[in-house]
Amino acid sequence: MSNERAESSAAGFREVEPNVWEIEATGAMRVPGRIFASRELVDALDEKVREQVSNVAALPGIVGASLAMPDAHWGYGFPIGGVAAFDPDRGGIVSAGGVGFDISCGVRTFTTGMKAADLGERLETVAHDLYRTVPAGVGWGGSVKLTVPELDEVLAGGAVWAVEKGWGEAEDLERIEEGGRMAGAEPSWVSRRAKERQLHEVGSLGSGNHYLELQVVERIFDAPAAGAFRVAEGDLLVTIHCGSRGLGHQIGTEYLQKFVSVASRYGIALPDRELACAPIRSPEGEEYLGAMRAGINCALANRQVIGALVRKVFARHFPSVKLRLLYDVSHNTCKAEEHEVGGSKRLLFVHRKGATRAFGPGHPDVPLEYRDVGQPVLIGGTMGTASYVLAGTSRSESRAFSSSCHGAGRKMSRTQAKTMWEGKPLIRELAGKGIIVKSHTAKGAAEEAPGAYKDVDEVARVAEEAGLSRRVARVLPIACVKG
Amino acid sequence: MAWEHFEHAADVGVRGRGDTLAHAFEEAARALFSLLSDLTAIRPSVEERVACEAENLDELLVAFLNELLFLFDARREVFGRFDVRIEKTSGRFRLEATAQGEPFDPSRHEFTVLPKGATFTALEVGKRDGEWIAQCVVDV
Repeated sequence: MSNERAESSAAGFREVEPNVWEIEATGAMRVPGRIFASRELVDALDEKVREQVSNVAALPGIVGASLAMPDAHWGYGFPIGGVAAFDPDRGGIVSAGGVGFDISCGVRTFTTGMKAADLGERLETVAHDLYRTVPAGVGWGGSVKLTVPELDEVLAGGAVWAVEKGWGEAEDLERIEEGGRMAGAEPSWVSRRAKERQLHEVGSLGSGNHYLELQVVERIFDAPAAGAFRVAEGDLLVTIHCGSRGLGHQIGTEYLQKFVSVASRYGIALPDRELACAPIRSPEGEEYLGAMRAGINCALANRQVIGALVRKVFARHFPSVKLRLLYDVSHNTCKAEEHEVGGSKRLLFVHRKGATRAFGPGHPDVPLEYRDVGQPVLIGGTMGTASYVLAGTSRSESRAFSSSCHGAGRKMSRTQAKTMWEGKPLIRELAGKGIIVKSHTAKGAAEEAPGAYKDVDEVARVAEEAGLSRRVARVLPIACVKG
Repeated sequence: MAWEHFEHAADVGVRGRGDTLAHAFEEAARALFSLLSDLTAIRPSVEERVACEAENLDELLVAFLNELLFLFDARREVFGRFDVRIEKTSGRFRLEATAQGEPFDPSRHEFTVLPKGATFTALEVGKRDGEWIAQCVVDV
């Protein structure tokens, strides 16, 4: 026991209660750092995470603590899995690195009303059709070709634009964060170049850890929430993980570069250039927020279009089946939200970089049909391991500004993974376990090997035990399309 | 002259090495495009010009790689050969380059992962053991 304590404190964290570890505020830190993790997860943490949590704690206007979720790992400036809230009235900042390059990257899940077993031998055919129909990898969208003025409508309208153009159904919008359209988007603050990167990419998955998966519900943890979310054991689900593609990446790139000089002009000392930021209440900060919100709309439209393509595939094979959107979450954002701090409500700008908003029961932004059980929190695993549906808790509000984890989190670098797995044998091995993998790149698949990620079951368990969200359903992949 | 990838928890480090600063930049660009294709499979059928400037050399590297990523996303072209010139004028560094390559062809170019942007992480441009290196982590 004493040895374990010594090891964990060597990582710079002190366990203040089960699954909650703290870094004392020292030096330039304005608030403490806090990570939600089991001892096992803390011991496996990259030293860089501790450094990055501490650096974020030094930024002006930060409120409460600089937080890291159970799946945290080394990111850019902010750790992936980082959450930090800033008060605009107390010099708070907005940081492009605190949102990340893939603005509003997120997860959406559909229920199908089918049992996975009903797919039978058609699983392979459906998986192949999804692979052919949904653009991924280097492939351009194809399904939606836009001009710059049309793209401006996407950036202002998000999933609402997509529904107006016939992609999906109006009732989907109730089950997308922000009702499918992020307010305050300013397409005119998105550069021409960012738009040029996107003209062919609306409705495409991308690559890397992005995917489209057919899943089976393996276990229910919370029957009332599962009832509200309409998931039951054996059900077939469809899940999409992707973001804002080239447009989001270009916004991130441009503002990261721009904010480096802006920060010094406002007298903000940067321990790391990746933390480049501007005061929320500054022309540059407002400009980034407007562009970033347009990026959120781009991602919401993108997932809405992909969802409609998935529905087309199902309609070809199962004409009577109706895909119902369970929910759509974004896990790379900065949003203005009211939170209770020290007994009073304050408007805070909450950065979640690789972290999911997780409003608890009763929160007005949770759709009515889910309001008694809390917001669905969708956690992506790997192509060979479980994913989770969780629900927001009231406790997460005081602990983490209503936030939870976003995925398994990598534990091994891509270069290392490539030395341990080869694409084609890995895909065969997964096929042997009953998981069909359709990848646009065998080399890329090797880097996404399940063994390169943390144990998602541990991450979800800790998210529950730390009070960030509670487990509703554990789901397993049966077919995975990788970009 | 050579390029290589180096480790990062979730993404990929690209590193170019060369006898001159310009060569190190060229090799770093090749390390970047090796994520998108085997470089020997890229034919030099189109040529693009790239220009950027920055206050220091490491920010110049990030700007250069991001210019190339923009060309890949907006025009779907991959490049295997680069000719870089870097000069310092009135306190700023300016880069001009040509990039030779061709439109991405999925039947001949096997990508590993699509890069999103060059970052300031593990960013370094300088002389190490007598040769120039130019490196940073690329978000993928």
